Amino acid sequence: MSSGFTRAQVEAIAALAHLELDEAELELFARQLGDILAAADQVQGVDTTGVPPTASVVTRHSADRDDEVLASLDRDEALANAPDPALDAGLFKVPRVIG
Amino acid sequence: MTVTTVRDVRDAIRTRARSATEVCRVALDRIAALDPTLHAFNTVVAERALARAEAIDREPDRWREAPLAGVPVALKDNLCTRGVRTTASSRILDAFVPPYSATVVDRLERAGAVVVGKTNCDEFAMGSSNENSAYGPVRNPWAPDRIPGGSSGGSAAAVAADITPLALGSDTGGSIRQPAALCGVVGLKPTYGRVSRYGLIAFGSSLDQIGPIARTAYDAALALSVIAGADPADATSAPEPVPDYTTALAGDVRGARIGVPRRLLEQGVDAEVRRAIDEALDVLRSRGATLVDVDLPHAKYAIPVYYLIATAEASSNLARYDGVRYGSRSPAKTLREMYAQTRARGFGPEVKRRIMLGTYVLSAGYYDAYYLKAQQVRTLILRDYDEAFRGRSGGSGALDGVDAIAMPTSPTAAFPIGERVSDPLQMYLADVFTVSANLAGLPAISVPCGFTAGRLPIGLQLTGRRFDEATLLRLADAYERDTEWSKQLPPIAHR
Repeated sequence: MSSGFTRAQVEAIAALAHLELDEAELELFARQLGDILAAADQVQGVDTTGVPPTASVVTRHSADRDDEVLASLDRDEALANAPDPALDAGLFKVPRVIG
Repeated sequence: MTVTTVRDVRDAIRTRARSATEVCRVALDRIAALDPTLHAFNTVVAERALARAEAIDREPDRWREAPLAGVPVALKDNLCTRGVRTTASSRILDAFVPPYSATVVDRLERAGAVVVGKTNCDEFAMGSSNENSAYGPVRNPWAPDRIPGGSSGGSAAAVAADITPLALGSDTGGSIRQPAALCGVVGLKPTYGRVSRYGLIAFGSSLDQIGPIARTAYDAALALSVIAGADPADATSAPEPVPDYTTALAGDVRGARIGVPRRLLEQGVDAEVRRAIDEALDVLRSRGATLVDVDLPHAKYAIPVYYLIATAEASSNLARYDGVRYGSRSPAKTLREMYAQTRARGFGPEVKRRIMLGTYVLSAGYYDAYYLKAQQVRTLILRDYDEAFRGRSGGSGALDGVDAIAMPTSPTAAFPIGERVSDPLQMYLADVFTVSANLAGLPAISVPCGFTAGRLPIGLQLTGRRFDEATLLRLADAYERDTEWSKQLPPIAHR
């Protein structure tokens, strides 16, 4: 599965990632992703029978706290970096979603 | 000209031999003189810095006990600073001004540090050479035609060129230690959870840690004591108490057991790097440390495991850059087109490559073969380290545990700018000795340990037990006392 990618495969991944790629990028990534995954294929040879996956190395959490309301980000500050804010309404505006 | 350390600056300000304002002006003057060559800073905050320095000078009693009063610091540009542009060296965040500061920034400023600017880095901290910055590469102070390492290249270059005695970097796969090694300074990646990640622009959330880059182990210890500790804003920050790490620096390494993974070092290490590491180990042995062979049989898989896990986490973390709430936006007719075009124009090639790879390894049908498999091999890498630190009991294979594991930080010294940009796989190999500490969540330090014949710095890496930064700092400090490497400045710093 990692011996090179077709353009269609690269386009499908790009669509999942919401990335518009140009012709040169499609060609480049088809080759490079194939090369990188071919190198990564050496992990397939490791015997991992019965080995649990490690998603996090955290052993003790410090997340618990009393359920108190604390100050959060001010609405105007939260909108200050938005490309197209609706300041009076307190909303982020986006282009039309359908069609 | 002598090297300025955090300790020198702090003591001079405490005794009023120098004012914080004067120290700040020197740092700003050095940026003005050197940065056109080095390109270590994305943003300089001269007025803000001078205002803070003056405030410290106005109230000497209030700041007398502050551990970093008046010390100029540089912050990697992926650490959020309230009211100060923070770009992560990406076009997509070119105009981003965070409404809050990272916890580490608040802690540094409460300790009296004076932030002078935000340092250049690889885009979203993805890279080993700083060539992936949207604002152009940082140049190595020792050889301006060469890379400073990455991704915290600007932070390492700022300290190496004696612009600031302290900088913060972030390290997901070596991004503090490798540039520290290639620029001839000290870089410490703390244990995962030791330092709050709140306000660090996320890359690989199970791997990222913030840490200090400084001239000496003492200065790194001082900085770690300030920035470490639990934080209600980061659920992965650890509740372990924070010692004063400077008290661990006894200058004595007698009895310390240092593991050397000789099999791992047999291939792919430049001969000059190898010689410098062997000589550094001889110094530690001559001071009373014991060298022990250790085996890390799965460490050879660390690069593929890292690039599968880090890119998966990155593809998820970077989904937030969609042109809606912050960052740049490309105009388009529909929402989906806006997302795709915003991201196409906002991200550089390496970030796109990693998002693509991460999206693929997380996608249906490939998740088990790549992402899950990588997480399982991550467990084996972690177990190898645990066994080396804990030791093995019983029979002929019995082995006492070690206190630290030594290896080169980077298999080569700094390479020329442009040499590896067209070959991402070759670039990834720069991280061969650094990524394991991130995968296993362990602390690791890089200490200057020599130069190549061409006067390029070489770094010794020591990896330690979880939450045992004190041992690493003690070993590094003792090594510094016996050697002169940390006291050398690049020619450009004498300007």
